[in-house]
Amino acid sequence: MLNEWLYLGIFLIIALAIPAAALLIAGMLSPKKPNPIKDSTYECGMETVGVSWVQFKVQYYIYGLIFLVFDVEIVLLYPWAVAYNKVALFGVIELILFVAILASGLLYAWRKGALEWV
Amino acid sequence: MTGMQLIFLIAAAVVVSSAFMSVTSRRMIHAALWFVLALLGVAVIYALLEVSFFAVVQVLVYVGAIAILIIFATMLTRRALEDHGKQFNRATLMTLVIVSVIFAGLVFSLRSWPQLQSMTAPLSADQLDVGVLGLALTAPDGFALPFEVTSILLLAALIGSIYVAYERKEKKK
Amino acid sequence: MNFIYDPVPWVINWLTQLLLSWGLSENFVTTLLYLIGAVLICLGAMLFTTMLIWAERKIGGRFQDRLGPNRVGPWGIFQSIADMLKIFTKEYINPVGIDKIPFNLAPVLAVAAVLAVWAVIPFSQTVFGSNINVGILYIIAIGGLGEMAIILAGFGSNNKYALLGAFRAVAQLISYEVPMVIVLLIPVMFSGSMGLNEIVQAQTIPFIVYAPVACIIFFICSIAENGRAPFDLLEADSELVAGYNIEYSGLKFGMFFVADFLHAFTSAIVFTTIFLGGWQGPGVEQIPVLGGAYMLIKTLLVYFLMLAIRFTVPRFRIDQMMALNWKILTPLALVTVVVTALVDKAIPHEMTVIRIGALLVVNLIIWLLADRMITIYRKRNPVQVVTGKLRPLARPEFLSVAEKETAQ
Repeated sequence: MLNEWLYLGIFLIIALAIPAAALLIAGMLSPKKPNPIKDSTYECGMETVGVSWVQFKVQYYIYGLIFLVFDVEIVLLYPWAVAYNKVALFGVIELILFVAILASGLLYAWRKGALEWV
Repeated sequence: MTGMQLIFLIAAAVVVSSAFMSVTSRRMIHAALWFVLALLGVAVIYALLEVSFFAVVQVLVYVGAIAILIIFATMLTRRALEDHGKQFNRATLMTLVIVSVIFAGLVFSLRSWPQLQSMTAPLSADQLDVGVLGLALTAPDGFALPFEVTSILLLAALIGSIYVAYERKEKKK
Repeated sequence: MNFIYDPVPWVINWLTQLLLSWGLSENFVTTLLYLIGAVLICLGAMLFTTMLIWAERKIGGRFQDRLGPNRVGPWGIFQSIADMLKIFTKEYINPVGIDKIPFNLAPVLAVAAVLAVWAVIPFSQTVFGSNINVGILYIIAIGGLGEMAIILAGFGSNNKYALLGAFRAVAQLISYEVPMVIVLLIPVMFSGSMGLNEIVQAQTIPFIVYAPVACIIFFICSIAENGRAPFDLLEADSELVAGYNIEYSGLKFGMFFVADFLHAFTSAIVFTTIFLGGWQGPGVEQIPVLGGAYMLIKTLLVYFLMLAIRFTVPRFRIDQMMALNWKILTPLALVTVVVTALVDKAIPHEMTVIRIGALLVVNLIIWLLADRMITIYRKRNPVQVVTGKLRPLARPEFLSVAEKETAQ
């Protein structure tokens, strides 16, 4: 088992190293002529107005919250799914209860309008 | 020093140093990103312990959901990208002394504890299978009831968070 | 072990014997072979992307009734190489006020997050990278690292539009992960393990036959995770001017581009592995190298389907996209999992034909019910059509019947 993780670790390091090496090679091959107009921030061809900060909609945060709860729920269901072939009908009843309780949470979010993109 | 020990030391060093950088960063968003690196280091430690399910779940839930939520939350504040100045205050030196004394005391008292020196027996392959966890979660004399209670806990978390966030949306209007 | 029937394990075996005979320790030999394998797969995947870009441009051109690139080499094959040479020599423009480390780390992390999926995929019965027993969750966790790359790109660019584009992109990606993760429970249930090798070995009959609704949901979510049309409003030029990629130039932008195209192919390979049977096919027991050929054919078919959808369907608005995900796909996925679990438990595994028949019938019922509910909902809340009076036209006889009706 540890050999598998060793392979994954080596693979991740190589997967990070090869694009980094490509970027460095291109950095050496390309010209470097910075000037203030080229380096200014892009805002549809105009000068920038205001600091670079946007009014952050709280809707993003609500989507993140709902995603987090569902993510944890599904991760709890994966061991159940691996043991699915060995459990009797009782296990399926458990699944139905679990999913029903969480689906009612989704229904609550739906009715409260938390899923609308304002 | 075997390979495993070396990798463990590197992972532990990454976790501790990125936690330190997260606390002492000048910008909030940098603190959030150092935190992500600490979480990835913990995932590596789980992988070293051969519990691959928890390593993957750590990355999936913590890095994929909680870290993104934290970054969203820091972006909600107006001053996430601002430089807040050095994060040390006048009490730093005294705190360092006290913490080192406590650490030395802990190391001294733990060295005389025999369990720290013994190696635990490695788990056999069929105990590491995720299916065993699944069977335990569904067995009536196992953890079936805590399994269902967890779903109710998640439901409470969902409803509570929507209520809190939604109220803020109304106040903003 | 024959070289013709099974080339890759033969080469690995020969190399292992050679290195051991030089007196190196076994751990070192294993690590060295892992290193060589990782480098070969990563380089191969990245160089294969040039062929993918050429294929996409040619096939896209044909869909749009034009030729696509055809000047540089026969059928324009060398177009991608020419593009690569050009992009290697473009200047890196670093705008003022960027955060150096996130700005430069983002393209590298985006490509790494896509390449890391190739480590766990079984290419044939004997050729696979890593057989961890949590392969499916690993693939989804690596998708989370890709989202991190987008956030790094967004706020490292010191640009309002990049930040806004990055937030929208991450909102889309995390939303479409939910039905995907739910639906991946079904192959895990059928094969009794999360490892990709076991899932492929359990597919004597591909899982698309057992669970078509789950397959369709997974396909839609893969396209949405990738950011391709019809879900590509993040790159729409009229919306956010290339989204989180605005401030990138030269090879850094090229890396995001490579990550995008490679992600499409990687999604096709993952889909093939999980739902279409991977390397299964007639004759793989005797000739394992046929497994790789079957996998390639199936993956290219799925990739062609993704291209066909890209060039045919118009783009979604963001509220339509979110409504599709949270109000249609997630409940559908939950219902599919529950019903499949019930039906599969009720029928013993030996009666294969009855099992397939029952599962297909149940999936059809779910699909028709969902269709019915959506139709009823649409009838009750029709989309507001904004019409005005018909303006004077030069050639009114070319107006179609439908347009005449709505205009009056």
